[in-house]
Amino acid sequence: MNALPILAVWLGGWALNVWLARIDTRASRLLVALIFGATLLLVWEMIVTLYGVPTVILPAPSQIGASVAANGSILWTDFVQTILKGALSGWLIGGSAAILTAIAIDRSPFLQRGLLPIGNFVAALPIVGIAPILVMWFGFDWQSKAAVVVVMVFFPILVNMVAGLAATDPMQRDLMATWAAPYGASLWKLRLPAAMPFLFNGLKITTTLALIGAIVAEFFGSPTRGMGFRISTAVGQLDLPLVWAEILVAAIAGTLFYGVVALIEKKVTFWHPSQRNQRG
Amino acid sequence: MTDMAIGGMRGGGMLRRAASGGVLPILTVLLVIVMVWYVAAVGMNAQWVRDQAARSGAVLETGEFVRQTLTLDRPVLPAPHQVAAGLWDGIAGQKITSKRSLVWHGWVTLSATLAGFGIGTLAGILLAVGIVHNRAMDQSLMPWAVASQTVPILAIAPMVIVVFASAGITGLLPKAIIAAWLSFFPVLVGMVKGLRTPEAMQMDLMRSWSASPAQRFWRLRLPSSMPYLFASLKVAIAAALVGTIVGELPAGASSGLGARLLSGSYYGQTVQIWSALFTAAALAGGLVLLIGLLERLTLRRMGLAR
Amino acid sequence: MSQPVIRANAVGLTFQTADGPVHALKDVDLTINKGDFVSFIGPSGCGKTTFLRAIAALETPTSGQLTVNGMDPDAARRARAYGYVFQAPGLYPWRTIAGNISLPLEIMGFSRADRAERVARVLDLVDLAGFGGKFPWQLSGGMQQRASIARALAFDADILLMDEPFGALDEIVRDRLNQALLELWAKTGKTIGFVTHSIPEAVYLSTRIVVMSPRPGRITRVIDSPLPASRPLDIRDTPEFIALAHEVREGLREGHSYD
Repeated sequence: MNALPILAVWLGGWALNVWLARIDTRASRLLVALIFGATLLLVWEMIVTLYGVPTVILPAPSQIGASVAANGSILWTDFVQTILKGALSGWLIGGSAAILTAIAIDRSPFLQRGLLPIGNFVAALPIVGIAPILVMWFGFDWQSKAAVVVVMVFFPILVNMVAGLAATDPMQRDLMATWAAPYGASLWKLRLPAAMPFLFNGLKITTTLALIGAIVAEFFGSPTRGMGFRISTAVGQLDLPLVWAEILVAAIAGTLFYGVVALIEKKVTFWHPSQRNQRG
Repeated sequence: MTDMAIGGMRGGGMLRRAASGGVLPILTVLLVIVMVWYVAAVGMNAQWVRDQAARSGAVLETGEFVRQTLTLDRPVLPAPHQVAAGLWDGIAGQKITSKRSLVWHGWVTLSATLAGFGIGTLAGILLAVGIVHNRAMDQSLMPWAVASQTVPILAIAPMVIVVFASAGITGLLPKAIIAAWLSFFPVLVGMVKGLRTPEAMQMDLMRSWSASPAQRFWRLRLPSSMPYLFASLKVAIAAALVGTIVGELPAGASSGLGARLLSGSYYGQTVQIWSALFTAAALAGGLVLLIGLLERLTLRRMGLAR
Repeated sequence: MSQPVIRANAVGLTFQTADGPVHALKDVDLTINKGDFVSFIGPSGCGKTTFLRAIAALETPTSGQLTVNGMDPDAARRARAYGYVFQAPGLYPWRTIAGNISLPLEIMGFSRADRAERVARVLDLVDLAGFGGKFPWQLSGGMQQRASIARALAFDADILLMDEPFGALDEIVRDRLNQALLELWAKTGKTIGFVTHSIPEAVYLSTRIVVMSPRPGRITRVIDSPLPASRPLDIRDTPEFIALAHEVREGLREGHSYD
C-alpha cells in the first residue's frame, strides 16, 4: 500500500520531465535536471518515512538537513581542517611541483621518454595506499594529509603538462626558428600558452583526487577534527545523519573546487575550441 | 572530449612505447629512482640506528652503519631489497590459502574489483544506451552524472562498508558495490560520448537507407563508440580497484590488500605496507594492460587500429 | 637591381629513411637577385618546399653551397634575414591579430612604441586595418592568411619566403590575395621566394619561374617572365600569359621521366 504514493511521485516527476524535455531550451534543461534531483530526494524521503527505514541504515534527507543545521560549527571546523589545510595546500604544492618538473625535463627528450611512461603508470595506481606510510612520516595533523595529496596529484598533472608542452605542431616550432627565437621566448610565448588546455585538464581531474586523498588519509590517523575523522567516529556512534552531512559538505566542496578551476580555465583558455563552443 | 582522450592515453600505449626504443630512458629513470630510494632509506633510518648505537654505547663505522640502516626490522623507509624480499615472501613463501599470503589477499581484492567492475560497466553501458535514445533520461540524468564525477565518492567507501555490515551484509558484496559505483560513472559518461560520435552525415546516410533504429545502433553507433568505451574502461578498472582497496580499510576487514595496509600501519610493519602497496600497483598495472590488450584486439578486428 | 641575394651551387639534400636514402634535392644551381619574385613549381616530392626550407635553415643541405645575403643560411636566420609564410596561417588563438603580428617583434626586442607603429603599418599593408583587436578564429581563412603575411612583413626582412601560402584557400579569395601580394611586392621591393603547385598562380606572380621535378628533386627549367611589371588580373587572358603557361606546362611534362 505504501508503494503507491511513492510510485505516483516518481511517475509524476518523470512524466513532467518527458513533457519538459521536448521543449529543449537552456532553462528547460536546467529545470529537468532539478526536477529529477528533487523527485529523487522526495522518493528517498518517502521511502524512509513510509517504510520506517532505521536511521542507522539510511537517514531521510530531512534528517540530514537538520543535522547540517545543528552541526554547523563542527562541519566548518572539519571543512577548514580537511579541505583548506589538507586538500588545497597539497593540491597547490603538488601542482606547482608537477608544473616545474615538466618544464625542467622539457629540454631533455631522454628524461621525458623515461618519465612519461612511468608517470602514466603511476597515475593509474592506487596511490591512496601510501596514506598510512605518509601518516607515519608526517604525523597526524594536516601536513601528512597534504603530503598524500601532493603525491596523488603530482603524476596526473605532470603527465598532462608534459603532453601539453609537446603539443605544439611542427609548423609553429619552425615559425619560432625562422624568427631565431631563443628557448625562453618560445617556451614562454608559444609552448606554455599552448599547454594550458592540457594543464587544466590535469588540474580538473585532480581536484577530486585531492579531496579523496585528504579524507581517506584521515582514516589512518588524525587529530580530533577533519571530515574523515568525523565520518569514521560518527559511523562508530551510529550518527548517520552527521555522516551524511559530512558527505554533503564534501560533495559541495568537490563541486565548488572543480567549478572554480573550470572557471579559471575558461578565462585562461578562452581561445580553445572547446571553450569557444560553449560560448556560442 | 579532452578528458577522455587523455584518460585513455594514460596507462595505454605503454607497451608500444617501451617496445619502440623507449626502454633505455625508462630503465635509466627507474635506476635513478631506486638509487634515490636507497639514499633516502639510509637517511630516514639513520636516526633510529644512531639512537640504538648510542644506547648500547657502540661506535659504528660507516659501512656497518649503512648496513644496519638497510636491514632494520621496522624501518621508517624499507630499502627496495627489503620490499622485494617481503613481496617474494608474501607471494611465493606462503601457502596460497594462508592469511599471510599476498596471493590470497590479492585474490580477495581482485575478485571484488572484477565483480564490481563488471556490474558497473554493464549498468553504465545500458544506461548510456537509454540516455542516447531518450531525451528525458538524457536531460534528467546527465547533469547529475557529470557533476557526480567532481564529488569525492571514494572517500565515503568505508562508511558504506560499515553501514552494510550493520545490516549484516559483509564479504565481497559491499566492496563490489563500491567498485561498481566508481566504475559506473566513467563508463556512462564515456559511452554516451562515444554513442554520440557518429557525424550527422553518417546518421543521414543511415536514414537515407531507411535503416531501422536497431540497425542504426548495431551498425553505426555501437562500433563508433568502441574507442571511447575502452578509454573509459581503463579509467573505470583503476577506479574499481582503488574503491575496493579503500573499502577494505575499515577496522574489522581482515582480508584484502586494504586490510594488509591498515594492519601494517597499526603494527608499524612498514615492509608489509610496502609489499601490499606494490602488489596493488602490480594488480592495477596488470588490469589496465589487460584492458589495453583487449582494446587493441577489438579495434584491430574493427580495422580502427594499425 | 641584379645584386644576388640567394645563391645555390650544386646543392644536394638527402634524407635517411627506413627505406633507404631519399634524394630530396640534387645538384640545384640557382641565383636569386634582389627584388626578384621567384616561383618554385613542380609536382609533390620535387623538393620545392625542401629547397625553400633549406634557404630558411629549417633543413640543412648535405652537399653543395648555399648562401643567403652572403652568409650561410643559419647565420642569416639568426640575423633575421627573412620572413616565412606557411601554408596554414599558424596564428596563436590566444593572441589578437595585432598581438600575433607583434609576437616576432617582441621576440626580436623591438620597443613597445615601435611595435605598435609597425603593427599598424603592416595591418594597413595587407588591408586589415581595424581588425587588430580581433582573435584569429573570428576571421575568415583568407583574412587569417593575410595576417600571417603581415606578421612575416612586420620586422622588415628583405626576403619573404612563402610556402604555398594560398594553397588552402578557394579560387576567388586566392585571386584577390595574388593581386594584393603583387601590389605589396611593388610597394616594398622585397625578394620573394614562392612555392606553388598552380601554374596560373606562378605565371601571374613571378619574374622567374623555377620548374622542378621529383626523384631526385632537381631544377629542370628556369623561365624568365616577359610579362610587364604591372599585371591586372585580366592579363591572364592575353596570348603572352597563355604562351608562358604553356611553356611551364611543357617544362613540367619533360620533368616526368617514364622509366
